Amino acid sequence: MEFKTFVFYFLAMTLIYAAARVVTLRNPVHAALHLVLAFFSASGVWMLLEAEFLAVALVFVYVGSVAVLFLFVVMMFDVGADHLREGFRKNLPVAALVASLMLIEMGCTLWLRFSTSAERALPHAGAGYSNVKVVGRLLFTQYAYPFELASVVLLTGVVAAVALTLRGRRAGRSANPSEQTLVNPRDRIRVVEMRLDRPGAENDLKGGE
Amino acid sequence: MLTLAHYLILAAILFATGIAGILFNRKNLITLLMSIELVLLAVNTNFIAFSHYLQSMAGQVFVFFILTVAAAESAIGLAILVALFRNRKSIHVDDISTLKG
Repeated sequence: MEFKTFVFYFLAMTLIYAAARVVTLRNPVHAALHLVLAFFSASGVWMLLEAEFLAVALVFVYVGSVAVLFLFVVMMFDVGADHLREGFRKNLPVAALVASLMLIEMGCTLWLRFSTSAERALPHAGAGYSNVKVVGRLLFTQYAYPFELASVVLLTGVVAAVALTLRGRRAGRSANPSEQTLVNPRDRIRVVEMRLDRPGAENDLKGGE
Repeated sequence: MLTLAHYLILAAILFATGIAGILFNRKNLITLLMSIELVLLAVNTNFIAFSHYLQSMAGQVFVFFILTVAAAESAIGLAILVALFRNRKSIHVDDISTLKG
């Protein structure tokens, strides 16, 4: 057996094992850790398919941020895992039936159609070939507009995540300039007319002038 | 000899696992989100396999955009989950039934 085939089967088995554990494990923390393993193995499979940039991006984006985000949220909740699993046994037969039927259908179709399409060497695959360069050139020329739109999607994600989890305004001690400029002198000082009770008070006033 | 079908069937197994996870973890929102990530990973693997065997880079560019959207989706999904947990002290699907018709 060719070494590449061996590597493929090893990565594929790890990937399938990790994916199965993600959906069956009782503890959400362990499930998130197996999700990390699944992403890592998938990154290896993509590396076999010579998509080096995306394989590295998968490790950076998913293992580095998304899976850690999952772990963070799971640990923050500290949910009792047991009551979340009610109905697991009840749904198991139906879900397994649906999934295996789907898998058999897809497997038959794909195997009949694509089992003969062998690998061809990339036409420009030489020593100086760089997958990153090719993808980057495509992204910044032909797909420049979708690339900008993707940045808008990410910005929306950031703003939405902050807006959803912000706990309202803090009652801080900072000054509010717009309220300060709108203030009238009459709001601050009130001149009160007072009757003079003490005899000779008029003289004091006159003396003060 | 690895053919295109090997990669496609691997992706199909991953996809079926993700769908099964969605079906039998219906009470746990976190596991639902993780299953959706698995399904997206299967789709991305399909794109890259076709991109490699058809020698077209468009598939890889498409995967790049799917990764972007999926990252934004999981960030917003988890933010919604945090907000829900703060208000209801629970992430059980049955407790989130305000919109039930």
